[in-house]
Amino acid sequence: MRHLLSIEDLGAAGINEILDLSDTFVEVSGRSIPKVPALRGKTVAWLFYEDSTRTRLSFETAAKRLSADTMNFGVSSSSVNKGEGLRDTVETITAMGVDAIVVRHASPGVPWQITRWTDACVINAGDGWHQHPTQALLDCYTLRQHFDSLEGRHIAIVGDIKHSRVARSDLLAFTMLGAEVTLVAPQTLLPPSLEGWPAKTSHDIDAVLPSADVVYLLRMQRERMHEALLPSLREYRAGYGLTLDRCALLADHALVMHPGPMNRGVEIDPEVADLDRSVVVEQVANGVAVRMAVLYLLLGSGVELTGGAR
Amino acid sequence: MSLVIKGGTLVDATGTRRGDVRIEGDTIAAVGDGLTADRTIDAGGCVVSPGFVDLHTHLRQPGREQAETIETGGRGAALGGFTAVVAMPNTDPCMDSAAVIREVIEWARTAPCDVFPTAAITVGRRGEALSPMAELAQLGVRIFTDDGDGVQDDRLMKRALEYSVGLTPFTGGQSVTLAQHCEVSVLSEGGSMHEGEWSSRLGIPGQPSEAEELMVMRDIALARATGARVHLQHLSTEGSVEMVRRAKAAGLAVTAEATTHHFTLTDACCADYDPVFKVHPPLRGDRDVDAVKAGLADGTIDAIATDHAPHTRDSKELPFDQAPPGMLGLETALALALTELDIPLETLIGLLTWRPARIAGIDDVHGGPLVAGHQANLCVFDPELEWQVAGAAMASRSENSPYEGRTVRGRARHTVLHGEVVVHDGEAQR
Repeated sequence: MRHLLSIEDLGAAGINEILDLSDTFVEVSGRSIPKVPALRGKTVAWLFYEDSTRTRLSFETAAKRLSADTMNFGVSSSSVNKGEGLRDTVETITAMGVDAIVVRHASPGVPWQITRWTDACVINAGDGWHQHPTQALLDCYTLRQHFDSLEGRHIAIVGDIKHSRVARSDLLAFTMLGAEVTLVAPQTLLPPSLEGWPAKTSHDIDAVLPSADVVYLLRMQRERMHEALLPSLREYRAGYGLTLDRCALLADHALVMHPGPMNRGVEIDPEVADLDRSVVVEQVANGVAVRMAVLYLLLGSGVELTGGAR
Repeated sequence: MSLVIKGGTLVDATGTRRGDVRIEGDTIAAVGDGLTADRTIDAGGCVVSPGFVDLHTHLRQPGREQAETIETGGRGAALGGFTAVVAMPNTDPCMDSAAVIREVIEWARTAPCDVFPTAAITVGRRGEALSPMAELAQLGVRIFTDDGDGVQDDRLMKRALEYSVGLTPFTGGQSVTLAQHCEVSVLSEGGSMHEGEWSSRLGIPGQPSEAEELMVMRDIALARATGARVHLQHLSTEGSVEMVRRAKAAGLAVTAEATTHHFTLTDACCADYDPVFKVHPPLRGDRDVDAVKAGLADGTIDAIATDHAPHTRDSKELPFDQAPPGMLGLETALALALTELDIPLETLIGLLTWRPARIAGIDDVHGGPLVAGHQANLCVFDPELEWQVAGAAMASRSENSPYEGRTVRGRARHTVLHGEVVVHDGEAQR
């Protein structure tokens, strides 16, 4: 596999390969000088058409710990603002001699389009509502630190599934690793069709929580109110928010996850975010190691990533 | 100079028979056996039919000549077997005034295909105020449409239909037709493909079937209320086809077209995010494709249209949700109809010729029977010839064919426009 576009492309074997390698980079990140020369001489370009602080910093940290050179094609300050097309931008970056392009774009599918115009590895750092494969990998890694296996585990993904690339990626990753997933959301925040999705759905979070090993909360965006998808954030919290009261329904071992940034007081009560069962900070920390593993496998290992179905 | 088309199978509204067609000037002089003339064109193994009529063509001139011009689009049409195309008004400036319509008619004089301009129903296609419909009708416009944007305002659409009924003094007694791109925009806004299984999986905002169907339903109701002629463009859903079927059974003056892509491609084509498959209305599901085919077979749908919509390579390399909708169609329509539709040849030719000609109000000159005295607008095609689609080889200035690389069957061999051979052995003559 030359690119990392969709979590689906990896299959269970590919996911496990990356997670296994991530252990090594967790160890590297724990050293007093957390840096290895694995990608010395390699150049990674960031092409972020959509605002991102966390994902970009995480990738940047990962690349630097591997000694790669990085360059940032800042979209707001570049020729893109002067009307340069996607293809011209990609061909320009490619001509400078980059080994990987990490791309985020508000339009779904852009990473696929880019592969037609460059010989560099393309890593999808989020395309519209569609995919965010490294988020799924870091979520799987975080879960692996708490559970021996995801086989038979029950994971509830709660919130705005329809507009979420995290939900689309995590659902595939979790189920490929053997978990059962229930999507919990108001009907307006579910995709128009769930044909072929390996998940159950529910509008009743209280009925789902008792059997959940993991509750994965999604960020509720304010702009959804303008599209008449919900009456109010207050009503959303009442129906779907993980309140402190609701937490009492959870099994003792159940974990709470969130891709960040959190809307405390909306999808998650402030107190819940700070409970021991909340692993949000671990997710962020693991993000660096997992992205090191991805960069290393695609750029430095000299071995092809296994790749799965499809 | 006289011309004879020799040895073909003649198919028109009167039926199928073998024979030669002798043409003098711009008119069919005789049809029969053993005819001779100054020039002979071989039609052995071929079908001779009236020239095709496309109710839905985007020629892009004026305004987007880098994508297409009346000349290049007209050449593509001729190569596809068309002798008449109805040009959509979403040009820049838009075809909503006598000045622009006159220009288009003037430019079209030298095109190797007759071009009949439509005009916008509303000024600037903005859906706010009626265009000068009587003045435009006087210049020859017989179809009014805000194509690309259906008229959203119910009252304005009703007024436009009412007004259209009284335009006969300006047309020499001919009726005009209002053609609608049926799409309730608040339901489809922001969508780039059919809303359903594939859009959900791909994370592409969708355009639901009901966005089309609600406007089909409204316009049928308004046709009933006003008695005006309504033509529904590019039907794409099972529900739309069924509503038109019922409207026709009730005797309403409603006609409809379907594009080649809506009976050959589905939303699954969007899986690789190639914007060449982005089109409005969007490619739908298998059931919709089957319903469109059934509608063509049983006469519910009156015409095969191309919705030929050229776009430059640059614009089709934008992200899927930003790329403009539309695909080429003129040079592939016949082959796809022959390859994909399981209907009698006479029915198929009716969908491409006399039935659309009647809707366009040009059946005195186009789509007419192959009989002496009629205008010599005809197409000679080889129904068995296999060929491979290549956008770069087309006459169009653009290359956005969704059938790139596909092997199809059937191709126009000669096209005759007002007695002139504008395509000979598959080559454009001008």
